[in-house]
Amino acid sequence: MLLISCPNCGSRDETEFHYGGQAHVPYPENPSGLNDREWAEFLFYRDNTKGIFAERWLHSTGCRQWFNMLRDTVSYDIQSIYPMGAPRPDKAAAAPESGTASTAADSTTTGSAAPSIAATSITSTSTAPSTAPSTTQSGTTAPEGATK
Amino acid sequence: MADLLPEHPDFLWRNPEPKSSYDAVIVGGGGHGLATAYFLAKNHGMTNIAVLEKGWLAGGNMARNTTIIRSNYLWDESAAIYEHALKLWEVLPEELEYDFLFSQRGVMNLAHTLGDVRESIRRVGANKLNGVDAEWLEPDQVKELCPILNISDNIRYPVMGATYQPRAGIAKHDHVAWAFARKCDELGVDIIQNCEVTGFVKDGNRVVGVKTNRGTINTEKVGLCAAGHSSVLAEMAGFRLPIQSHPLQALVSELHEPVHPTVVMSNHVHVYVSQAHKGELVMGAGVDSYNGYGQRGSFHVIEHQMAAAVELFPIFARAHVLRTWGGIVDTTLDASPIVGTTPVENMFVNCGWGTGGFKGTPAAGLTFAHTIATGAPHELNRPFALERFETGALIDEHGAAAVAH
Ligand SMILES: Cc1cc2nc3c(=O)[nH]c(=O)nc-3n(C[C@H](O)[C@H](O)[C@H](O)COP(=O)(O)OP(=O)(O)OC[C@H]3O[C@@H](n4cnc5c(N)ncnc54)[C@H](O)[C@@H]3O)c2cc1C
Ligand SMILES: [Zn+2]
Repeated sequence: MLLISCPNCGSRDETEFHYGGQAHVPYPENPSGLNDREWAEFLFYRDNTKGIFAERWLHSTGCRQWFNMLRDTVSYDIQSIYPMGAPRPDKAAAAPESGTASTAADSTTTGSAAPSIAATSITSTSTAPSTAPSTTQSGTTAPEGATK
Repeated sequence: MADLLPEHPDFLWRNPEPKSSYDAVIVGGGGHGLATAYFLAKNHGMTNIAVLEKGWLAGGNMARNTTIIRSNYLWDESAAIYEHALKLWEVLPEELEYDFLFSQRGVMNLAHTLGDVRESIRRVGANKLNGVDAEWLEPDQVKELCPILNISDNIRYPVMGATYQPRAGIAKHDHVAWAFARKCDELGVDIIQNCEVTGFVKDGNRVVGVKTNRGTINTEKVGLCAAGHSSVLAEMAGFRLPIQSHPLQALVSELHEPVHPTVVMSNHVHVYVSQAHKGELVMGAGVDSYNGYGQRGSFHVIEHQMAAAVELFPIFARAHVLRTWGGIVDTTLDASPIVGTTPVENMFVNCGWGTGGFKGTPAAGLTFAHTIATGAPHELNRPFALERFETGALIDEHGAAAVAH
């Protein structure tokens, strides 16, 4: 059972939350211009990172708000929790939010960089020491060592 | 002390050093990798091949699953490949000369709501049209077949009936792996354990070798059978897969005298139970919701599964859990596998079997071997190609086939 620190409610059991999969997947800027391959990517393809993964969670039986989390998919350590719409805290130089992104609670459209670009660089951070303390306060940056 | 021990029995396969080159390399020494190698050697005469396994043989999902074998899937494409697998299960003990205790004790899929009932009856009809044995059972027939099931209406989700496939059942998963491994070895296949693939060598867009912790191995062809790690290998090779890896847990009780004659699965309350030959009650749960490579999941998932089990089988209330464990399952959005070519030339992929690929092992191996040997799809795996996510021809087995195991 994960202990998840909701930015609004504090530490609660995982059973209060709903998983939302990969974070930062923007809704296509120009849907009518997409070909079948691009639609397939948007609908069915998500990163499946072994290591530090940016993902969405919903505090469904609490404040009912969405937020993002950086979590190690091997040790399950939670490294950071940050608001929807904010860039990945371990990607300091990440481009600002773009696209049709919305920060609405039910939004599936919050995004920044294209997922495929993110994928390659995420894996390289998987060497971050998993002994790094889990920092679970709202909007904190990743603990030292996680930012490579 | 050691000299007092009996002689070690004969080993079932050699442990060779990797050669510098092979005609084909299979990545992953689970059931699918071993079955693929077996059919490559047996049906296609490809014996200069190797199976590379990063850990020990069958240490992944192969020896972690709850061993349920059935073919009562809804859609034609699934019924075809899973029924072919079931027919192979029926002849494999003899063909592999190994009794891996394939027991056709039947599988029951319970219905607990009116929606379940309608969907189940529809599936029985679809199964019959596809030549798959299937029946609809009323609650009293359910009770007759499995007397320990509680069919009264004093529970949250009463049993309103079940589908039943008499030819379905269970087998001993580790013995299945050993049976394939021994035959592979006899046919000349090198099974190389403790050999982790860490990258690929490409000439343009064509794969020509694999990098491993034991050196680089040249090869004409690569077949990926890495289950939960498929995405990691695809990324090394430079392409993406529509796969999410999740922890999936199971558990066994201490040993009991035989009380449970069949296999019972409930999609709705989410538990599936059989009794192993030795006597343990074997129970599986659902996946953890989050992505995970940790081969462990959360306790609340097990708690939920046990609550359902005790309500359905009141006599389990005093049974003790002996051990729990997890595997990493490779799920797709349409709950169907991916078998076929990849964007990289001479590299083939077999993955996405998710929570239910043990039953498919023989057909996965047979058809994937065909695809690797000929470069073309087999009639049975053609619909499961990666392209379906672009064409939209998904094979949506979610819910439609009861619990996906
Ligand atoms: C708890 C649980 C219950 C299940 N219950 C059922 C069931 O009742 N019925 C059913 O039909 N299915 C069931 N399944 C699903 C089934 O086990 C899998 O679909 C199936 O085993 C996958 O194929 P495999 O045997 O080849 O996988 P695996 O045994 O996981 O084989 C993949 C292998 O690849 C290796 N590998 C990974 N990366 C590398 C690398 N880089 N280099 C070399 N080797 C690598 C791994 O170590 C592993 O041994 C269950 C799964 C689990 C976890
Ligand atoms: Zn909250």
